[in-house]
Amino acid sequence: MSVAKPLPHDAAGLHVTGAARYVDDVPVPKGCLHLAFGQSTIARGRIAAMSLDDVASAPGVVAVLTADDLPFANDVSASIHDEPLLSGGVVHYLGQPLFLVVATSHLAARRAARLASVEYEEAEPILTVDAALAANSRFEDGPRIYEMGDAATAIADAKHVVEGRFAIGGQEHFYLEGQAALAQPGENGDMHVISSTQHPTEIQHKVADAIGLPMHAVRVETRRMGGGFGGKESQGNALAVGCAVAARLTGKPCKMRYDRDDDMIITGKRHAFEIAYRAGFDASGQVKGVEFTQYALCGWAQDLSLPVADRAMLHSDNAYFLPNARIESHRLKTNHQSATAFRGFGGPQGMVGIERVMDHAAYVLGMDPVELRRRNYYAAASEASDPSEHVDPTVPAAEPGNDLTSRGAVPTSDPDKVTVRAAQAAQSSLTNPAAPRTNNLTPYGMAVEDFELHAMTDALLKSSDYAARRVRVDEWNATHPHLKRGIAFSPVKFGISFTLTHLNQAGALVHVYQDGSVHLNHGGTEMGQGLFQKVAQVAASRFGIDLDAVRITATDTAKVPNTSATAASSGSDLNGMAVRVACDTIRDRIADVIAERHQAEPASVRFADGRVMVADTTYSFAEAAALAYQARVSLSSTGYYKTPKIEWDRIRGRGRPFFYFAYGAAVTEVVVNVLTGENRILRADILHDAGASLNPALDIGQVEGGYVQGAGWLTTEELVWDARGALKTHAPSTYKIPACSDRPEVFNVALWDGQNREETIYRSKAVGEPPFMLGISAWLALSDAVSGCGPHYPGLNAPATAEEVWNAVRRARDGL
Amino acid sequence: MDITFLLNGERVRLHDVAPTVTLLDWLREERGLTGTKEGCNEGDCGACTVMVSDEHDARALNACILFLPQLHGKSVRTVEGVADGDTLHPVQRAMIDHHGSQCGFCTPGFVMSMVAAHANGATDHDVQLAGNLCRCTGYAPIIRAAKAAETAPRPDWLGRDRSLLPSEISSEEAAEKNAKPLDANEAGEQTAFAPGNADELAAIYVAHPDATLVAGATDVGLWVTKQLRDLGPVIFLNRCEDLRAIDVSTDTIRIGAMVDMNRLRLLMENHHPSYAEMIRRYASVQIRHAATIGGNIANGSPIGDNPPALIALGARLHLRKGDARREIPLEEFFLDYGKQDRAPGEFVEAVSIPRQPDQLKCYKLSKRFDQDISAVCGCISVSITDGAVTAARIAFGGMAGIPKRARTAEAALIGSSWDEAAIVAAQEALLADFSPLTDMRASAGYRMEAAKAMLMRYFAEDHGMTTDVLEVRA
Repeated sequence: MSVAKPLPHDAAGLHVTGAARYVDDVPVPKGCLHLAFGQSTIARGRIAAMSLDDVASAPGVVAVLTADDLPFANDVSASIHDEPLLSGGVVHYLGQPLFLVVATSHLAARRAARLASVEYEEAEPILTVDAALAANSRFEDGPRIYEMGDAATAIADAKHVVEGRFAIGGQEHFYLEGQAALAQPGENGDMHVISSTQHPTEIQHKVADAIGLPMHAVRVETRRMGGGFGGKESQGNALAVGCAVAARLTGKPCKMRYDRDDDMIITGKRHAFEIAYRAGFDASGQVKGVEFTQYALCGWAQDLSLPVADRAMLHSDNAYFLPNARIESHRLKTNHQSATAFRGFGGPQGMVGIERVMDHAAYVLGMDPVELRRRNYYAAASEASDPSEHVDPTVPAAEPGNDLTSRGAVPTSDPDKVTVRAAQAAQSSLTNPAAPRTNNLTPYGMAVEDFELHAMTDALLKSSDYAARRVRVDEWNATHPHLKRGIAFSPVKFGISFTLTHLNQAGALVHVYQDGSVHLNHGGTEMGQGLFQKVAQVAASRFGIDLDAVRITATDTAKVPNTSATAASSGSDLNGMAVRVACDTIRDRIADVIAERHQAEPASVRFADGRVMVADTTYSFAEAAALAYQARVSLSSTGYYKTPKIEWDRIRGRGRPFFYFAYGAAVTEVVVNVLTGENRILRADILHDAGASLNPALDIGQVEGGYVQGAGWLTTEELVWDARGALKTHAPSTYKIPACSDRPEVFNVALWDGQNREETIYRSKAVGEPPFMLGISAWLALSDAVSGCGPHYPGLNAPATAEEVWNAVRRARDGL
Repeated sequence: MDITFLLNGERVRLHDVAPTVTLLDWLREERGLTGTKEGCNEGDCGACTVMVSDEHDARALNACILFLPQLHGKSVRTVEGVADGDTLHPVQRAMIDHHGSQCGFCTPGFVMSMVAAHANGATDHDVQLAGNLCRCTGYAPIIRAAKAAETAPRPDWLGRDRSLLPSEISSEEAAEKNAKPLDANEAGEQTAFAPGNADELAAIYVAHPDATLVAGATDVGLWVTKQLRDLGPVIFLNRCEDLRAIDVSTDTIRIGAMVDMNRLRLLMENHHPSYAEMIRRYASVQIRHAATIGGNIANGSPIGDNPPALIALGARLHLRKGDARREIPLEEFFLDYGKQDRAPGEFVEAVSIPRQPDQLKCYKLSKRFDQDISAVCGCISVSITDGAVTAARIAFGGMAGIPKRARTAEAALIGSSWDEAAIVAAQEALLADFSPLTDMRASAGYRMEAAKAMLMRYFAEDHGMTTDVLEVRA
């Protein structure tokens, strides 16, 4: 069986020879035109006058479009239609597209785009939490609050109280392949778009609206992306729509790719947060109550900010049972790039919040931070009580024209009506906030039924030799005045499912040809994570054939419609299941044909090792397929899957938003130069739960890569805007993602030997996002190294650049 | 301008090439070789890495900031041209076997850096791959692949490329050079020159003082790819072999302006290893193979890392205009932000360093250790006799609009006994020397504190203490 084998990425051979094609590598018909945006040079204000004469007359320019020239919808928003392709006069951030240049070459378009003369009425940009609060500049009318028990009273009664406020920076995706799209006009107004996108259906929807045609006139294809990380969930809309509009206008194929600097200046990033916290602990280190106020800097447009901020709230517990919790979330509208999806989707920020509380509490109580964390873990899976009452979903009525496949989609009926029973069910266990609740209940009322971290923590502490190294770190620090070591453990519990419940569905299309070869298609997109290979392994296993017989084909809205974004780590869970259904349908039809020939029960027909076996006869799979064809049996099938058990009311913060949780744990050791704040990761040990892995090699790749990306977010990756709102770190020369030597020199990664308690595809677990948050252990280790430098808690912010670490050293010595 | 080179083993002759077309654009747009990727278009990500070799060596270079005329007489291999027929290059095979690719977009660049390292027998993989960014893998599987391929035999084409070159191209070049004037662009769009030595360069530059000199193009390349500047006339220096000379005599080391940072690093490993280590960190292999010492000085960047080191070593700059030559202390070359003591038509011919006992320490502070521009670069050389400071040369980058000596701090040290009090006094003196700025790399206050810390590090290290986090292991 192909499943569970550590096979290479399906395109590895193409990658290493340069033969793998990305959007910009696809040969284009002669006459292809190239696009570039003219961008605003202020962060907030109005366009008073815009002269594009020099742009239009520049060499190679074919057309220059402004908002007035757009034939239909001027909208690339993933949510509430607040994001025009081209500014209609109001400027919301520095870098916002104002006009679109169509030219004969990429370079000609870029050159011309700089020749506009624009006069602005400039306003003071809103760039900070305080400025946004002062102006009441926000999305949604007020803060969201999720609450369980009575946190204020619990904190007031607690023996120890920790409190503070700190900043968590955003993050540039820095996918190596920049955003790109190619639109080719067809007959009858049809548009064929090739896009580097995680969400072909949304591209289809936005393009259809922009060219005034139904979705059936637009076909979107995505073979692969050169990295996505969430940055291609909604941020590719502008390029695809721009290309389609220009292609419609000129009748020529149109291509657009952002130069790296443009990409970084135009597109959204991870949300920066500030988090204020107050938490009460008893003398044993048990948390009694926690209050968080989360301020999410959402940038200028709503995009996916609401579900991102929701997920931050939903991960404010991480692995810990919080008997009393209050989480208040402010979604602030600022004059930055519109913050968007990024691996973890708010989860990392929420998790950093509670890990900071645990770190601070261990410091104040003088406890080993690992011990304090373990005392607050949720109950282990075997001890956990029965799952909370399941509630039937109620589907809201759709409004035509709304993009329901986006995570930014707004519920279209009264959300309160959707899940009242879920809320009631959850709250029924809370009649007395002082009484101990079942210690597997999250602050949003979902029972944690699969908590693996007790055993995982034991195993990791042992394999990483944590206790002995803790002692050695302390010994080193006693004898080295300038170089301090730090070591830290952190766990991850990450909820798997889209929190917009209806997105948890997927489709597949499988053809078996009469020679036994299999053509496989599904709604998921390949961005490097190895989804295509995992799903092909599923298909090969269902048919009992060799993987070589399965051809994975580009994601295509004409083959599988109405897909969800490949996001929320859901790719293999959803598409693997959909493909399984399709394959099983065809397999059962073949079994029927073979069984009938041999007067056998269909269930007795076996598919294995490339053969189809019945009674004492063996056919090759190809022979069996040919027989089915000759028997006039369809060898093509769709497959469809929807995630069971989930129900969620995001307004009340009650229900079961997640099908299950994925777990992980990491121990990181660092060294810090306290004179300059320079620091290094020395060693990382990771144990990660991928359930029964579909492909351990690919899963370990996600874990290693996720950790380094997460550690980068919290250390060297600093986004800096100046007072005018200009992003000053807009290229790899100034924005520093981890380089080769920044990975831990000692890097031990293992998968937890377990299986998903829920019925997922072959009992595997999602693995895209969860390992990202293992990087939090690196940030905590830096805090640990600095905390010995003086009598005060160092209050480390993120990212912990050398300068921030140096500031933390100073705070440890001198206080805040 | 006419050029000839080998591309994946086949000879390419180009007539009247526009001088500022990059190899990357030409490969992708003219040749359909799309394996070489554009990731950043500024030499920072390595996705466009190709291997360029000649009879001397094989080197990884960034194709995005490499102009076609710089390739004349060389052999270029792209990711499409490293397999031997159906047999993958050992590093390609190892990258598959060790799961070294995920999204695959950076992979061709990694493969090419690994091919070049493999050709050179280099096994310091973190150093060889510092100029290739990967956002997916966390690098661990790539390093495993590089290690696995270390001992595999080299492909046959490597030897063929090297033997083909001198015979085929050099003779052709000689014939063509005699037949054609130097300002060889008759298409008339952009004048370009390719002088064959320093004398020719001097003559052309006096006649065209508005021309842009192109040495390694690691900076000038960005003027084209990012600023979209029209460079006007350009003078390519890559044929000026005489500017690549390194002369080590009993009392000086003279380094020609076209000496690249890779050779400078190797040279400094023998004389001032701390400087060599700083060069390792300040640029990737690809950039070090292209960037020249003359270019780094002449551009006058306040954050260039070579000038502080050279100033601390007491370097002198050799300038030439026509046949007139002059020599100045390097620190006097930097007049003000963006302003150097260089006349129109005058160019940097060489820099020379007095031979001296090695007491230089270079401290490079940046957000990332490898391939990052310094927030502060401090280079310190202190002479101590009988416990007292007899001489001190201290220079900083990133602390002012120019690379600058810390003369007040030097004065505070000289004559003092070599103790912590002297360091504290020198630290205070830095406040008189510098008023640094706040920018995206660091705040003004932190820059000043970091500069002070560098003085303390020098003192601590002189007393046998470790202060470098890079020296610590798990």
